[in-house]
Amino acid sequence: MKYMFLIYTDEGAEPQFGTPEFEEMMGGYYAFTQDVQSKGIMERGAPLEQTDTATTVRVRDGQIHTADGPFAETKEQLGGFYILDCEDLDEALEYAARIPGAAMGSVEVRPVKILPES
Amino acid sequence: MLKRDTHQVSHDVIEDLIRCDWGRLMAALIHYFGDFDLAEDALQDAVEEALVRWPVDGLPQRPDAWLLQVARRRALNAIKRVQNFDSKKHEVAARMYSNGVYGHDSPNDSNDEIPDERLCLIFTCCHPAFSLEARVALTLRTVGGLSTAEIARVFIVPESTMAQRLVRAKRKIRMAGIRFEFPPRRRWAARMSGVMHVLYFIYNEGYSTSAGPVPTRSDLCEEAIYLARTLRGLAPDEPEVVGLLALMLFHEARRAARTDEHGDLLTLEDQDRTRWNREVIAEADRILIDALRRRDVGEYQLQAAIAGIHAQSESFEATDWDELVQLYDVLCSIHPSKVFRLNRAVALSFAAGPVDGLAALEDFEADLSGYLPFHAAKGDFLRRLGRHEEAINAYVKAVKLAGNEAERRFFRRRLAGWE
Repeated sequence: MKYMFLIYTDEGAEPQFGTPEFEEMMGGYYAFTQDVQSKGIMERGAPLEQTDTATTVRVRDGQIHTADGPFAETKEQLGGFYILDCEDLDEALEYAARIPGAAMGSVEVRPVKILPES
Repeated sequence: MLKRDTHQVSHDVIEDLIRCDWGRLMAALIHYFGDFDLAEDALQDAVEEALVRWPVDGLPQRPDAWLLQVARRRALNAIKRVQNFDSKKHEVAARMYSNGVYGHDSPNDSNDEIPDERLCLIFTCCHPAFSLEARVALTLRTVGGLSTAEIARVFIVPESTMAQRLVRAKRKIRMAGIRFEFPPRRRWAARMSGVMHVLYFIYNEGYSTSAGPVPTRSDLCEEAIYLARTLRGLAPDEPEVVGLLALMLFHEARRAARTDEHGDLLTLEDQDRTRWNREVIAEADRILIDALRRRDVGEYQLQAAIAGIHAQSESFEATDWDELVQLYDVLCSIHPSKVFRLNRAVALSFAAGPVDGLAALEDFEADLSGYLPFHAAKGDFLRRLGRHEEAINAYVKAVKLAGNEAERRFFRRRLAGWE
């Protein structure tokens, strides 16, 4: 079963580039990614740029509205994701606990919906 | 054992019988069909048919086998009714075939043993991916066979709200990939501890109802004990599971004596110990010894040992408080919860005196300011020291935090004695 791991952290409180803490965090992500790749279960995964680069689009009555910033102001922001192919929810939750973002913020685990083939 | 007359079976007898078999039949059906909703609907249909037919035809030889066969057929018909067999249905059909669902068709076939899959069912219902409330509701409904209306009363929500929550939880089982199976060894301890937490929560909800006019609800306590007995039967080598049952039984033996004839709460000191159920205490003691001899102590066994000392003391004065303090010390070292530390302070106040008890309370005053027993204990220590004004302040705080009318009356009575 495929699960998406949505990594939410407080981007204002994340380690700064160039600090030992940053190196440690990136090392954690590198090791995790290596592990899931070597197991052949990694479908996708990427970090996202900070929310100040976000633009939100809505279409209402055929009109396109764009707004600066993320769709909602929250304490923790979506900062990256993985899609992994796991045996079941238990296994997915074990992987989630190993993502470095889980120790700083939180990781939401959601099954990926399978659309019926037409 | 229930009497199985072939004639004149009353609805009550039938309902009791079904209640006993519900969890086992649900587990077997879920195992066959891999679908909670399908299993539940089919079993409900079978029960309704039984309620019509058994009073007329008499009880079948094996009522459980009868129900299972009827439910299986209902489920198969339900699947056949679905016009477009998608891949999932094929998978279900293949699993049923390999499980031999198509094998027997006689409802009175008494030779086929129904495999007991209840432990899988309990693990699924108590999965940590559910909220505690959802875990409790699923367990009561699916394993315990309580109706949605009964569970709604436990949580004091409308029946429609509870029905929705159950639907959502069952949907999550199906959609999120929660497996109906034993957790592997490395996850076993964590998952078992989650199961025990749910069962003890159910017991405590019955023992000290968090809201409402009555102080205890015996049906929930009995349900929790039934589930704990079931769990012990399924996992007899887990010392904590055995300890949990002993703990519940020690509480249960004293439950009737917790209130007086007006429904007012009585402290351990004021309870009439002749009203404690000696037979249940003796059973709990035997069960606890069975747990402790495995020398793998845990929080439930320790709590049971503590409850056992109270239950087996001849009088309040004869209580071995030193032993209790020692047990609480071990308990706090395994599981340093505020509640256990508070209870340790209470034991200490009797072992060494209220001054020591008060000193122990100071350590965690800030953490427990919203916890009724903290103020009750503090008020009691101060009262015993003759510091009445401070004691009254503590009791006033306790009254404000009381969750049910009997608790409020208890503290008001204490206050009334001095004012």
